[in-house]
Amino acid sequence: MDTSVENGVITRSELPLRVINSTPEGMVKAKRRVKRSFRQIRTESVFRRTLTIMGLVMIILVLGILLTLIVQSLPSIKALGLKYLWGKVWDPVRDIYGAWPFLLGTLLSSFLALLISFPFSLAVAIFLGEYYPNGWLPDFLKNAVELIAAVPSVIYGFWGLAVLVPIVRTLETHIGVEPVGVGIFSSSLILAIMIIPYAASLGRSMIQMVPSPLKEAAYGLGATRWEVIRSVVLPYTKSGLFAGILLSLGRALGETMAVTMVIGNTSLIPKNIFAPGNTMASVIANEFTEADKPVYLSALIELGLVLFLVTVVINLIGKKIIDRFTNE
Amino acid sequence: MKKNLLNFKGTLTLTSLVIGSMFTAFSLVSCGSGGGASGSDSTASGGNDEALIGAGSSFDNPLFSKEFSEYNKTNGLKVNYQSVGSGAGISQLTSKTVDFGASDAPMNGKQDSAVTAPVIHIPVTAGAVALSYNLPGVKDTLNLTPDVVAGMFLGTISKWNDPKIAAINKGVKLPATAILIAHRSDGSGTTNIFTTYLAKVSPDWSTKVGKGSAVNWPAGLGGKGSEGVAGLIKQTPGAFGYIELAYAIQNGMSYAKVQNKSGNFITPTIASVTAAANISIPPDSKVSLTNTDAADGYPIAGFSWVIIYKEQKYNDRSLDKATKLLKLLSWMIHDGQQYSGALNYAPLSPAAVSVADAILKSATYDGKPILQ
Repeated sequence: MDTSVENGVITRSELPLRVINSTPEGMVKAKRRVKRSFRQIRTESVFRRTLTIMGLVMIILVLGILLTLIVQSLPSIKALGLKYLWGKVWDPVRDIYGAWPFLLGTLLSSFLALLISFPFSLAVAIFLGEYYPNGWLPDFLKNAVELIAAVPSVIYGFWGLAVLVPIVRTLETHIGVEPVGVGIFSSSLILAIMIIPYAASLGRSMIQMVPSPLKEAAYGLGATRWEVIRSVVLPYTKSGLFAGILLSLGRALGETMAVTMVIGNTSLIPKNIFAPGNTMASVIANEFTEADKPVYLSALIELGLVLFLVTVVINLIGKKIIDRFTNE
Repeated sequence: MKKNLLNFKGTLTLTSLVIGSMFTAFSLVSCGSGGGASGSDSTASGGNDEALIGAGSSFDNPLFSKEFSEYNKTNGLKVNYQSVGSGAGISQLTSKTVDFGASDAPMNGKQDSAVTAPVIHIPVTAGAVALSYNLPGVKDTLNLTPDVVAGMFLGTISKWNDPKIAAINKGVKLPATAILIAHRSDGSGTTNIFTTYLAKVSPDWSTKVGKGSAVNWPAGLGGKGSEGVAGLIKQTPGAFGYIELAYAIQNGMSYAKVQNKSGNFITPTIASVTAAANISIPPDSKVSLTNTDAADGYPIAGFSWVIIYKEQKYNDRSLDKATKLLKLLSWMIHDGQQYSGALNYAPLSPAAVSVADAILKSATYDGKPILQ
């Protein structure tokens, strides 16, 4: 926890100061510390080595996946080139593959989901973190929110198709767009529900970590609860909240099953947010088993590569923004 | 201190466990990079000579499960069938990880060039694709002509009360609802049969879209799997889509009569599908039953094939295993056919059985025929 300056007024350090213990008792303790047995040293180094290996394995895994994706995409990259990224036609019969409709579908549904879910996750986070941190109702709410993350996505898809889609269809009839029900909007709604817990849980723990002297000082100055939340709690936690948003965006980008069941699965470019479309993850899941031509299979894997890169880029941008927030 | 050490040991075991599982995951990743869609890690050439392994078409799966369990009762042979999809079944056969593959489409040129040895196709059952619709006010069964079906799927016929539909359905009150096309979003043999049919009957479809297990649909919505398409049709008034006949029958969906080559409007039934297959079948059996010449045959139907290597001696396979496989296949095209009707599969026509028999007899082990 760094020292942070809020509005140039409140300064706060969470780091406990290290004071050298100078009492006789403390000196003895310190002396005993120095005498480490060989075994202690060995366990120490074994532990450190284990940690290093674990870290390396993670790096190798990510690079390995990236490498696999690149190698397997080569036939398609050779055959289609960069045109693959903005090609608007996906035609397995003629071996023409363009990822643009799916790239657009992925980004559109994910960001729309984020937009829809954010007010809810923020509200849940503030409610649980600031207003009612304890008690049976908040506990129940907390568990319910966490349960949302635990429900398998196929169940969301099924529920979406059976319940949400007919509702959206009625809505579409009223606002005068083609009443198909399934489409980008329906999938964004489903995604929004699925990603609420990620931003909400992280936001809640961040809000609970706001040092109480900070809030008490604000209350002492006569601030109302809303004012405390607005000018103390939210500024203090914004990097954490943003990290939560990033986490939920990652989830939304990669979600497959629930999306494929309600998005309508067409390779046409969506005309508006109610139109059917498709996402990259959903196309891969749909077409992978029956991809009967090498270039077709490779084009699907390249779709995976594009998804991977999109996720990386979004994460990098997110990290930059978080850094900016925290360094202010 | 002691407590700490204990804790530490616990952590160590946990770490080694985690590392172990990570390496497994990694080796899986690198395996996957080798052979395309190889989903199984069991190899046909393994020590277990008892069980046969097959993979492929999910359309065949219910029938195969029934047949294999019946065969197991009488002959004690275990068959492990993985319903992974036709394309994946063929690629597993290509990499020789299964004893047989099953597919709703014969192998195409590119798949043929990928296999190292000649393969044979044995027709094992036939299925049909029903054209299902959701028109709440319409009680009669609709008649459809190939032209109209192609027009609807191309998007040129967009309302149910289009004069072209009305002309072949005299006396049926058609609503002015928009037609919403529902198609499969996943690659499937059903799509292959249906698009092959459309490409045959409509030059427009053939040039604009073509045929395949996944195509670039000019109109409509995609549903994942038969249940996905069925869901779209059931929910949306005005929806029109294609679906496996067995699925449509089991779910009580309404489906249309389709005009065949001879001009008759045929309801898809098990009998009319078997009839569609009663045509002259080429010696390699790789024929599409779509737009059949048979006068009483339903025009949107197709065989499903089991595919095996013609020369059964590969990867240290024993003669015993090859014989077991051939006997099983022979049983499937004869006695096994009795189980198809109850599961809404069309039994093979006599013409198909005699061709399949001849193909099975062409299989060899070390150059010698296996079945006499």
